[in-house]
Amino acid sequence: MPYAETRISERVRERRWRAEQIAPYLFVAPFVILFLIFGAYPLAKSFLLSLYITNGPRDVVFVGLDNFRYMFSDPNFWKAVRNTAVFTFWSIVLQIPAGLGLALLLNSPWMRGRNLFRLAFFSPNLVGGVFVGVLFSVLFVPQYGLINRGLHALFGIPLDTRWLADPALVMPALVMTSLWMSVGFHMVYILAGLQSIEKDLYEAALLDGANSWQQFWHVTLPGLRHVLIFLLLISTIGSFQLFELPWVMLGRGPGPDASGLTIVMYLYLNGYVAGDLGYASAVGWTLALGLLVVSLVQLRLTGAWKPRAS
Amino acid sequence: MTLRLIRLILWVGIAVAAGIAMTPLVWLLAASLKAPEDLFSYTFFSPNPSLKNFVDLFTQVDFLRYFVNSVFVSCASVVIQLFFSSLAGYALAKYEFRGKYALTLLMLATMLIPGQVTLAPTYELLYHLGWIDTYWALLVPGAVSVFGIFLFRQAILSVPTELIHAARVDGASEFGIYWQIVMPTVRPMVGAFVLIAFMGQWNSFLWPQIVLHSAERFTLPIALTQMVGIYQQQYGMLMAGTLLSILPVIILFLLLQKEFVAGLTSGAVKG
Repeated sequence: MPYAETRISERVRERRWRAEQIAPYLFVAPFVILFLIFGAYPLAKSFLLSLYITNGPRDVVFVGLDNFRYMFSDPNFWKAVRNTAVFTFWSIVLQIPAGLGLALLLNSPWMRGRNLFRLAFFSPNLVGGVFVGVLFSVLFVPQYGLINRGLHALFGIPLDTRWLADPALVMPALVMTSLWMSVGFHMVYILAGLQSIEKDLYEAALLDGANSWQQFWHVTLPGLRHVLIFLLLISTIGSFQLFELPWVMLGRGPGPDASGLTIVMYLYLNGYVAGDLGYASAVGWTLALGLLVVSLVQLRLTGAWKPRAS
Repeated sequence: MTLRLIRLILWVGIAVAAGIAMTPLVWLLAASLKAPEDLFSYTFFSPNPSLKNFVDLFTQVDFLRYFVNSVFVSCASVVIQLFFSSLAGYALAKYEFRGKYALTLLMLATMLIPGQVTLAPTYELLYHLGWIDTYWALLVPGAVSVFGIFLFRQAILSVPTELIHAARVDGASEFGIYWQIVMPTVRPMVGAFVLIAFMGQWNSFLWPQIVLHSAERFTLPIALTQMVGIYQQQYGMLMAGTLLSILPVIILFLLLQKEFVAGLTSGAVKG
């Protein structure tokens, strides 16, 4: 009798053990299958496609590196690169410091109504790019639009300032809109970073006679390093992929004198509106490689792959 | 004395900035409730509110259909992503298996590739599958979110392993442990991920715009951008449509606010 019992429990244990071995593979299987079909295969295919000119999925002609040659000689492509770079620069330079400033103030215990303020700054982030675009295309209307009225009353700018029709003003309008949309996102991340800094560090600094500026420089900023580097990378990636905001604000197009043409808009116009998926793939690969290089340079400059200095 | 003065000035500054940040959304609400001809007559709220814009929206345009489409696609997408992402996150957090490290690296690598690279071949693939102009094209390629996998991995790491062992001794199946023990324990992360995934699908524009061709399948972002072209002069109706398009996300956010902030930040702070 006891012998039979151990045999049964051993068999059960054996089966359990096998289930435990197999389960993780089953659990990650959906990811692996989808990655193979919609990740690895398209990635390889898009590399091949970038060597072809296509006219819809049926009509395909091999052209070697001609797509890339054409792209690099197309002034519109360079215009798109320049616009994207300018937008990325201003996004980073304005949004991260503004988010940092807001987070520092809204983390102070003396600040009354902190939670309400946080909500006010964060809520624009919930609105999708398309909806922001529709809303701001009306806010930027000349003569009657709220933005011109407000800026006219405060700073006396002309009421008929045509933000979205003047090539010189399109980029400032996009940068302003994006600042409104994204500053709360940076603020929320930096707030969480601030709350994870150990309080002892401040006490130690205080004992050493550090003033608030020295505390900020030697305790707060080093403590936020990881969050700030993360935000730098995230906003670079996001800015490089800018599409919806200018597309909608400029009436489904690149805007006057292509002043709102971005790399992704260029890809969309050439690939899907003109129907050349091969060319779209070439632009896509160029975008991905450009983004990789810029991210690596940023990581290098911020020293993110060195161990944390303590 | 001076410290109090500085604080007062800073507080006023923040209050003004917060007011400016809220202005576009307040104006949007006010604009939707104005009679179309009053839109630019009053800066904000009109003394004679009107629902004409909303009436126009549902009679001149098939707004209800687009709204229902968006709700359907977003909810379906959330359920699918939640299930597959949390399952994979559980595997990474609580099992040891061969290839786990390589798999984790692979997942991280996929996050660095911008989606635009694979846009064209994915479109071609869906064309051959006959999925263009169907919701399969929106739901299947994005059925597993790598970002979600890492969120759940992070959250499930803190579930006590003894709890899982005890359930195993009691004869629970591996899937049963995931479903009955792990998921209820990481409920806050479920809330956070529901909002993140919902927002992602609800606001998504480029991909749906490429794969959906028939107007009766359009989601709100596509429908609204088309309306901007057609009803250029009816700002009031467009504003009412924009307001109704952002309302569901705002309501969901207010419901899931606490979980959302925790989930949004957990990766960045520890990473």
